[in-house]
Amino acid sequence: MNPFSSGTRLRDMIRAIRACKTAAEERAVVRRECAEIRSAISENEQEIRHRNMAKLMFIHMLGYPTHFGQMECLKLIAAAGFPEKRIGYLGLMLLLDERQEVLMLVTNSLKQDLNHSNQFIVGLALCALGNICSAEMARDLSPEVERLMRSREANTKKKAALCSIRIVRKVPDLAENFMGPASSLLKEKHHGILISAVQLCTELCKASKDALEYMRKNCIEGLVRILKDVSNSSYAPEYDIAGISDPFLHIRVLKLMRVLGQGDADCSEYMNDILAQVATRTESKKNAANAILYECVQTIMGIEATSGLRVLAINILGRFLSNRDNNIRYVALNMLMRAIIVDTQAVQRHRTTILECVKDADASIRNRALELVFLLVNDTNVKPLTKELVDYLYVADPDFKEDLTAKISSIVEKFSQEKLWYLDQMFKVLSLAGNHVKDDVWHALVVVISNASELQGFSVRSLYKALQAFVDQGSLVRVAVWCIGEYGEMLVNNVGMLQAEEPITVTESDAVDAVEVALNRYSADVTTRAMSLVALLKLSSRFPSTSERIKQIVSQNKQNIVLELQQRSIEFSSIIQRHQSIRPSLLERMPALDEASYLVKRASITQEAIAADKPALAVTHGGLKLPNGVAKPATSLLADLLDLSTDDAPAITTASTNTAPSDFLQDLLGIGGINSSTTGIYFNIFILVHMGFPCYFSNLVT
Amino acid sequence: MIHFVLLISRQGKVRLTKWYKPYPQKERSKVIKEISTLVLSRGPKMCNFVDWHGYRVVYKRYASLYFCMCIDAGDNELETLQIIHHYVEILDRYFGNVCELDLIFNFHKAYFILDEVLIAGELQESNKKTVLRLVTTQDSLVEAAKEESSSLRSIIAQATK
Repeated sequence: MNPFSSGTRLRDMIRAIRACKTAAEERAVVRRECAEIRSAISENEQEIRHRNMAKLMFIHMLGYPTHFGQMECLKLIAAAGFPEKRIGYLGLMLLLDERQEVLMLVTNSLKQDLNHSNQFIVGLALCALGNICSAEMARDLSPEVERLMRSREANTKKKAALCSIRIVRKVPDLAENFMGPASSLLKEKHHGILISAVQLCTELCKASKDALEYMRKNCIEGLVRILKDVSNSSYAPEYDIAGISDPFLHIRVLKLMRVLGQGDADCSEYMNDILAQVATRTESKKNAANAILYECVQTIMGIEATSGLRVLAINILGRFLSNRDNNIRYVALNMLMRAIIVDTQAVQRHRTTILECVKDADASIRNRALELVFLLVNDTNVKPLTKELVDYLYVADPDFKEDLTAKISSIVEKFSQEKLWYLDQMFKVLSLAGNHVKDDVWHALVVVISNASELQGFSVRSLYKALQAFVDQGSLVRVAVWCIGEYGEMLVNNVGMLQAEEPITVTESDAVDAVEVALNRYSADVTTRAMSLVALLKLSSRFPSTSERIKQIVSQNKQNIVLELQQRSIEFSSIIQRHQSIRPSLLERMPALDEASYLVKRASITQEAIAADKPALAVTHGGLKLPNGVAKPATSLLADLLDLSTDDAPAITTASTNTAPSDFLQDLLGIGGINSSTTGIYFNIFILVHMGFPCYFSNLVT
Repeated sequence: MIHFVLLISRQGKVRLTKWYKPYPQKERSKVIKEISTLVLSRGPKMCNFVDWHGYRVVYKRYASLYFCMCIDAGDNELETLQIIHHYVEILDRYFGNVCELDLIFNFHKAYFILDEVLIAGELQESNKKTVLRLVTTQDSLVEAAKEESSSLRSIIAQATK
C-alpha cells in the first residue's frame, strides 16, 4: 500500500460493498467512503485523487449522489500526467452530462489537450468531447477537431471524425466545414477511419442539403469502390466475422448509399450492380451476414432501384420471414412495414405468415406483426383478417388484449361497409375483451347504435344474449345496460327481427333482472352502476308493470356511500314515485346522437393523445364511415352528413338536437313548463355521465 | 446511433452505464429500472429486441450479464447485436476469459475499452486487435508513470531518512 495515502484501496471498497448483506449496510459503507473522499477533497490531497475518482465512479454506478466530485474531474484533467488525465476524462464522461455548468470550465483544458503532442492524450480529449460536448463547446472547439482530421495518426483521425458527428448534431450549421475533410477520409485504407468517415458523411447529409449534394457528386464512386473492395477481399483474419470481411463497414457504406440514392435516379443507377452483388453473394447463415442482407434490402427499398433489384429484396424478406430464428423474423416484419409503401402486393402475399406472427409467444414479434396487419387491411381483405384477429382474442395474453382490441376496433371502424357487420364484430370484441376496450371505442359504438334505427332491436337482443354469457366484461355490460334502458321494448317484443336472427323470449322482468345483476355485481364500477340506475329508471316507464320493483331496487342505493349513486337513487325514486305525469316524456328514448359532432370531439381528443404520445398510431381517428347497410330513405340526410364526416375535417352540423351544458340548468329550472325540451335533459345527463361529471339535478326533487 | 449502453446482472445490478444522449440523473435511474425489468423478464428463446418508447433495446445475455444497447427505430438491430458481440469478444481477450467479477473490480477498464469501441454512439473500430493494442499501450503508459513516481518517492524517502 502506498505509504503516503490513507483510507482504503478501490478494491477494498468494492469488496466491502459487495459484502454488505442489507441495503442499510451498503448505505453505511458508501456514506463512510463518501465522507473520506470529501475530506480528502477539502484537504486537496493530490496523491489519492485519482483513486478517489475511481471510487466515486463506482459509487455513482450504484446510484448514489456524487456531484461533490465533479470539480475533482476538472483538477485531474488539468494535471500533467497521463494517468490522471485518463481517469479524469472517464470521470467527466460518467459523472457529468452536457447540461451541467461545470462542463464549461473544462473547455480550456480540452483545447490544450487537443493540441497535445501525445496522441493518446489527444485521443482522450476527442473521446470526451465526442461523448458529452454541448453546443457551445462544439462551436468553440470545432476548428481543433477539424484540424485533427488531417492528423498523421490513424487513431486521431478516426476519433476526430466521430467527434465531428457529435459537433454536427449539436450545431448543424458547422456541417459545411466538415464536408471536405470527411470526403477525403474516404480515400483511406484503414477500416477504422473508413467506418468513422462514412458515419460522418451520413450525419452531414442529414444535417445539410448542401452536404448531401456535395456527397452525391464527390463520394459515390469512392463508396462503391469501398464496398467492392471489402466484399471481394480475400480472407483477412483481423476483420473476419463468420467468413465475411468487416460486416460493420459493409453496413455503414450501405446505409450511406441509401441516404445518397434516395430520390436521386443517377446515384441509384450507379449503385445497382454492387447492391445486386451484395444481395446475391452474401450467404445468410450467420447473424453478421443477415445483418448485411437486412441493410442491403433497406437500401434497395430506399433508393430508386430497378424492379429486378426490388424483386430480389422482397425475396430475401420472404426468406427472412420463414426463418425459424426469432431475431430474423422480427427484422423481416420490421422491414415489411417499410416495404409496404413501395410494393403492397408483395407484402400482401405474406399475409398468412404475418397473421401467424400475431399469435407468437414473443411480445416483440407480436407487436410488430399487429402493426403490420393494421397496415395491410384494405376493403377486400378486412373480413377474413378481422375474423382471424377476433378469433385470436379468445386465447391472447391479457397484456396483449388491450393493443389487440384497440387495433381491431379501429380496423372495424375504418373499413366496415355495413353497419350490421360493424355491430356484430364490436359485440364480439366487447364480449371477449370488454375489460380491455378503451372508453372512446364503446362511446363510438353507442353513437352508431343510436343512429341505426333499424338495427337497434338486433343490437339490444345480441347484447342481452352476450350479457348472459360474459357478465364480467366491463364495457360490454355498460353498452348492454344502456341499450336495454333505451330499447327495452324491442328486446321483449322482438321488434325489427333480422332474417338471420333467432327469436328469443325475454319477459319484462327478465330485462329488469339483467340490469339489476349489472347494478349489484361486486366488480361493477361507479359508471356502470350509474348507467344501470338510469336504465332502470327508463325501464320503469317502458314497462309500467315492473315500476314497483324498480322503485325498490333503486331505493336500495339511497344509502350508498358513493355520492353520485346516492344522489341518483334519491332523485330517481322521487321521479318514479311523485312525478308520474311527466315521467313518460322525461324518460323518452334519447334522440339520435349527433355522429358528426361526436367524431369531431373524438378526433380532437385522439389528436391530443397522439401529440402527447408517440406518433405511431396516427390512424385511429379515421372515423366511422358507415353508410347504412339497410337502405332507408329517411336516413338520407344522415348519410349526407356522414359522407361529410369521412373527409379529413368533419363538418360540424347544426341539425342536431344537443343543447350546450349551460342550457341544462335552465332546462331543469323550467322543468314544469317545457315538456318538449325534456329530452334534452337526458341527453345532457348522458353527456355528463360520459364526461365523468357528477350530475346535479337535485332541483327535480321537490 | 446508440443512445446508451447498459450492463445489468441477472439480479438487476448495474455493472456499466454509458450515455451518449444527455439524460438527467433522475431519468437515468428510471431508465435503468425500466430496461432491467423489461429485459430480465424475457425468456431465453425470444428475440433479442424490445420496443421501448419508440426506440429499440437490443440485448444479449452472456453468462450472468445482460448487455443492452438502445438504438433508434430505424437502425440495424442485427448489426447492434454484432457490436455487442464485438465488445464482448474484446473484453474476453483483454481479461482472458472474462467473468462478471473482472468487470466489477476493473469496471474502469471496461469503460476504457468501450471508449475505444464507441464514440458519440457510433462504432469506432471494427478491428479487435487494434482496440486491444490501443488499450494496452495506454495501460503501459499508466504503469510507466506509476513506476516513475514510486521510484521518485523512494528516492525522496531515502533522502529524507
